[in-house]
Formats: sequence, structure tokens, C-alpha cells
Amino acid sequence: MTDPAPLIAVTNLIKQFGRFAALRGVSAEFSAGKLYAILGDNGAGKTTLLRTLAGLTRPTSGQVSILGAGKFHDICHQVGYMAHPSLLYDEMSGMENLEYFARLYGVTDQARCAFVIRAVGLDPDLARPVGQYSQGMRQRMSLARALLNDPKILLLDEPFSNVDLHSAAEMVQLLARARDQDKTVFIVTHQASLLEGAADEFVWMEFGRIVARTRELKR
Amino acid sequence: MTAPTGITRFTLLKDLRLEWRSKDAINSMLFFSLLVVVVFSFSFDPTAEESRQIAGGLVWVAFLFAAVVALNQTWARELRNQVLDAYRVSPAPANSLFVAKVLGNFIFVSVLEALMTPLFIAFYRLRALGPAWQLLLVAALGTWALVVNGTFFAAMSLRTRSREIMLPLLLFPIAIPALLAMVQATASILTGETSARFWLVLLATYDLVFTTVCLLLFETVLNAE
Repeated sequence: MTDPAPLIAVTNLIKQFGRFAALRGVSAEFSAGKLYAILGDNGAGKTTLLRTLAGLTRPTSGQVSILGAGKFHDICHQVGYMAHPSLLYDEMSGMENLEYFARLYGVTDQARCAFVIRAVGLDPDLARPVGQYSQGMRQRMSLARALLNDPKILLLDEPFSNVDLHSAAEMVQLLARARDQDKTVFIVTHQASLLEGAADEFVWMEFGRIVARTRELKR
Repeated sequence: MTAPTGITRFTLLKDLRLEWRSKDAINSMLFFSLLVVVVFSFSFDPTAEESRQIAGGLVWVAFLFAAVVALNQTWARELRNQVLDAYRVSPAPANSLFVAKVLGNFIFVSVLEALMTPLFIAFYRLRALGPAWQLLLVAALGTWALVVNGTFFAAMSLRTRSREIMLPLLLFPIAIPALLAMVQATASILTGETSARFWLVLLATYDLVFTTVCLLLFETVLNAE
């Protein structure tokens, strides 16, 4: 039996920021319905790789193909992205934020907003603005925003930072369930142990390159 | 998929809601304009005739400087928490965001003008000798000229280190033809000596040209690194 076509393929991806090379020829293929943990030290290129996949950073050279499309805009409605900052308006409540972002994806059903807020363990009726949330609550609301459009691919940058262990474990379970529903999940994290048993593959990066891909957390 | 006009509407409503809650732009603009009115009225003591000659320049320069405050705020709130990236990864068209921002700034600056104009009239004892209704046309076309370019250049200077300085440096030279037309049209209407028709046509043409150019280029500016 042959392997199915990769969901995401990157070929010889290079990203220069001035004289600094954040990505130095990354080539890899990623399959559908898997949870990938992207690991590495600070400056290894994890966030740059994720931002390149999310279409936010243009590679200096190399190619990215997602769901067979060369242009991110063609498939952006199938991608959910969560960055290290919350990507939320501090002056609005979580529900107000999500209602706005839902419209950008053509999601008009308010029940969907309430559903994803509950899915990350928050209360959709919480009226206070996001600026008054704890850091952990903001992270979870940010994950809810990424889930809004029911994406096939989730690109998550440090989703567990500042989240307490119990909530982080719940988030991992939620993401594992998403993977079981044939979604592909990429998680950039420094808290790899949280994903032990949940991740299908650990992708190790060093100095802008993928240096190893393992099924276990050990290299 | 929500229609582009729908996204513009939701983005505009979101911006109005954010401004209503924070009052970031309107407070700074009002305070600045008030200072200009008071300081200039104490510095000069013009006669009614002199006022009609200089009021156009004074009013529009005050509104231009005040508008820069609002224009900087427009994008500053999109940079906090990198919210702009959430828009960039979505399927929403870039120009829907641009048009919403322009309309938002147009409303903010128009509110400022509506609040400040009675003060200008009172402090400078202004009375139009020409067709006063044309001042509304000058205000609408002139404000659009300021905010359409201002919103565009504020987006351009978004990723520069000193964007508060960069915006006036980019905007003011480009705004000179519009500013000239606004000042001359206002002076013509206030003095009633000449027709403002030429300047109004120039303003309308300026608006049309720059709105088109900004719409054509905005997506590139939004996605620039």
C-alpha cells in the first residue's frame, strides 16, 4: 500500500532576515490526521516555519504546498492559526472577539462561537473584556478563535504557555480529539512532555533545519 | 463566505465599538484642536475680514494635525496582540479592511469637525459671504482626501520603528494639493470674492485618483514584511 499524498509539503525552504537565516533549507512532508509537535531551542526556526505555513512570512526561497495549493490564500479558510500573542482585541469580550472573527470566515452562527468557547473550558457569557483575562484564559480564548472555522489544519504556536497544568492537559485532549477527527495539528512548544502519548510525531529543529523526526519524545 | 461589504461593515462596527470604549483617538484629537483654536485666537486678534482670509488655512491645518492622531491610532490597535495577523490569515479581502478603516477615520474626523467648527466660528467671528452650503462639500471631500491617504500611509509606516514620525513625513507632502484646494475653496466661500468650483473639482479628482491608487496597492502594503 502506498502512502497517501502529503497534506503539507515544504521543499528547500529558506528564510533570511537580513543576514540571519531563520530557515536553512527545510524540506519535509506532513500527512493528514496527525498531531505534530515541533520542538527545538529558541531561535531554532519553529515559529518562522509555522508563520511560513500560515502564509504570514514569505520564504526567501523554496516552496510550500498545503492541500495541493501553492498559494495560502486559496486554502486559508481551512487553516486555524494561533500565535504567541493572543490575536484578540483587549477592549472586547471573548464572545465579541469571536463573533467578529467568525464573520471574516463567513461563520454567522453564534452558537458556533459559544461552542468553541465552551470547548476550551471558558464561559461564553463572560462579559469582561479580554484585557482583564489571565494569561492562561487569553491563551484558551486564542485557541477558541483558531478553532472557529472548523479548520482541517491547526497551526499553534506555544498554546500551553502560561496555562496551568490541568488546563493544558485539557487542551491536549481537545487537540487529540481534533486529530482523531482527521484534522492535522502542528504545535510549536517548549513543553513537549505535555504531548507525550498524544503527539504522533516529534519534529526536532536546530539552527533553521529539521534534524530529526521521532515517534517518541526521546531522540 | 461573508460578502466584502459585510466584512467592511463588521470591521467598521468593531472599530467604532473599540473607539467608544477606549476614546483613544477622539480625546486626543479634540484636545489638540481645542489648543490650536485657543492659542491662535490669543496670539492674533484678526478683524472679521482678516479672519475670513486666514480661517481656511487655520482650520484645515488644525484638522490635518488632529487627524494624524486618529490615523496612528487606527493601526496601533491592530498591532496590539498582533491582531492584524488574525485578519491576514483569514479569507477576508484586504480592501474590506482598508475601506472600513477609511470610513472609521472619516467618521472620527467628521465628528471632530462638527464639534470644533462652532468654536472656530465663535473665536474668529466667521460669517460666510459666499454660498455657505459649499463648505459642507469642502469638508466632506477634504476630510476624505486626508483620511484615505492617511489610512494608507499609516498602514505603510506600520512596521517602521518610529511610525508616529513617519506618518506625517509621508502624508503631508502628498496632501499638499488637497490641502491647497481645501484652503482656497474655504477662503473663496468665506470671502465670497471668487467661485470655489475649480477647487472643489480639484478635490473631487484628487479623492478619486488617490482612493483608486490606495485600493490597488493596499493588499501589497498589508502583506509586506
